[in-house]
Amino acid sequence: MTDPRLSTEQAELATTPRSQWADIWDQFKRHRGAMWGGAVFLCIILMTIAGPWIYWNDPKFVPTGRDFLELRDTRPIYVALWESSAKVSWAYPLGTDNLGRDTLGRLLAGGRVSLAVGLAAMLLSVFVGTLIGVLAGYFRALDGVLMRFTDLFLALPLLPLLLVAVLLFRDRLSGLFGPEGGTFLLIVVLVGATSWMQTARIVRGDVLALKEREFVLAARSIGTSPPKMITRHLLPNVMSPIMVSATLGIATAIITESALSFLGFGFPPDFPTWGKLLFDAVDRMELYPERVLWPGLMISLIVLSVNYIGDGIRDALDPRIRGR
Amino acid sequence: MLTYTIRRLLLSVPTLLFISLVIFLLLKLAPGDPMAQVPLTVPPDVKERMREALGVGQPWYVAFPKWLYQFFAVEPLHFVDAAFGTSLGEGQQRVISWQTRSPVMDIVIQRLPQTLWVVGVAYVVAILIALPIGIYSAYRQYSWFDNAGTFVAMVGFSVPPFFSGVLVIVVFSVWLGWFPSIYDTTHKVSDWESFVFQLKQMIMPVMVLALQITSQLSRFMRASMLDNLNQDYVRTARAKGLGEKTVVLVHVLRNSLIPVVTVIALGVPAIFGGAIITEQIFKVNGIGQLLITAIQANDLPMVQTLTFIFAVLIVLFNLVADILYGILDPRIRYD
Repeated sequence: MTDPRLSTEQAELATTPRSQWADIWDQFKRHRGAMWGGAVFLCIILMTIAGPWIYWNDPKFVPTGRDFLELRDTRPIYVALWESSAKVSWAYPLGTDNLGRDTLGRLLAGGRVSLAVGLAAMLLSVFVGTLIGVLAGYFRALDGVLMRFTDLFLALPLLPLLLVAVLLFRDRLSGLFGPEGGTFLLIVVLVGATSWMQTARIVRGDVLALKEREFVLAARSIGTSPPKMITRHLLPNVMSPIMVSATLGIATAIITESALSFLGFGFPPDFPTWGKLLFDAVDRMELYPERVLWPGLMISLIVLSVNYIGDGIRDALDPRIRGR
Repeated sequence: MLTYTIRRLLLSVPTLLFISLVIFLLLKLAPGDPMAQVPLTVPPDVKERMREALGVGQPWYVAFPKWLYQFFAVEPLHFVDAAFGTSLGEGQQRVISWQTRSPVMDIVIQRLPQTLWVVGVAYVVAILIALPIGIYSAYRQYSWFDNAGTFVAMVGFSVPPFFSGVLVIVVFSVWLGWFPSIYDTTHKVSDWESFVFQLKQMIMPVMVLALQITSQLSRFMRASMLDNLNQDYVRTARAKGLGEKTVVLVHVLRNSLIPVVTVIALGVPAIFGGAIITEQIFKVNGIGQLLITAIQANDLPMVQTLTFIFAVLIVLFNLVADILYGILDPRIRYD
């Protein structure tokens, strides 16, 4: 006697071969934290991309004259719940700052910059890390040199050097690419250039192990050239650690950029990022705590969600866990 | 073990030399003139001579060895002089800060206690909290305690210190008014009341630093305990009738602590780096704050010295971690 349910399942298994990525997606879906993280991450990204089109206030608008006195230092709308005399306005849901600029608008604009910096720096760091890791792992002659180089970078005091480097190159790059473009480029390059080491080490280790496997030997025996070998056989197999370090890299990059902005070494004053907004608001946080809370909350939320996604991807890509 | 230690120590010398050269060359590019603050009434040729006296404008292959000599020969001599009342380093030029025109190391030594107090206490507090949490989370894996611990740890290392610091200031000193938001470094502990004040002003910076360290360490502790709890020797220990307390707290814990101890050692320099931000928030005038003001004031000798001290800390604690690993784990032998 056969269990009908089992047999249909078997039939299904026989007829529809599942791809590896579908398995990974299934496992990822089972990680509750990662799903929430992904949802929050997408929400924040959508908000920052679509926000400036939907939202009615211009973040760069600075009122003058009588308007300035009327509009400055508006409190968020929810303050009216417990403080009836507070200066609130439905037109400015999160209030305005001491120059009368809209807080929510600046938050959205700042999010664009912070996320752009995070993604760009992550791409750069993953690229450099993978390149160095693969080269060191695959070519024996390069291994020693590249790994000493990596060790050296790991021994550098990064935050002090970042601060010094920002100070050194900011003016020169601002002259070349404009104050915003120059700072953006500088911070992306600096963060990318100082966070690739872990990726490089992990990738090198994995490549070293893969090199001894039979399929690599088989590929070599049919005369595969090293570049083909790396792109066709090695890189797809080290995708999982690269993806994990890519997700975590976004978090590192956003935190580093915010830390630089917070210490006053980031973007120019009228150019909001989350770290910059937080930094500007610290002096008046006793009177206007909301100006500190919102940017800080956004940074924390995005980093938290990215960390959870990284966790989920790590579990999903681990074949030992996936079967369970 | 001894030969390994000596070899590593010798190897760290070229590493540090190279790092100091990198820092030196980077700072060589810096714009800024130490004479910018000197009054305009000072004639240009005098200014030129002052620049010469400070060693500005020399090529790097002259300036770098001179800096090395100052840092590694003259400064220790002065330190010995100060400690024992000798006069070995008399008349030798020390590394001078462009900001205050006083020796850099004197200022660093003035600032160091503040940083060490806050960072040191935070580190100890964090370790004391993290280890029990890690142990219990691993022992009761997937219990509500473990899940809560995972979540708190995740939040702990996701919330950057510049937000958690500001948050605790808003909550505890603005809304509740319990603790002062500015750390008063001139405060001296003489009686019970001043001691209470010292405690109060330390709570918030320590809390912020400790939260980050705790969340990382407790995860490490948990993972390490989980690795060991499923091993055969644990079953053997239980099978021969040892109490659960002995099994977990003696057999498993001692083995699980090996990687955790090295992580603790490796984290020390990172903490000094992280303290830069925390010091800035709570206005602790430690070495992190010194670095920030020095960078803003273009005080290159100070920046160079501090950055190099951070580099020394990193190299040193990497070495300490490796040696500790070798001492604690008899399976590991370096040769």
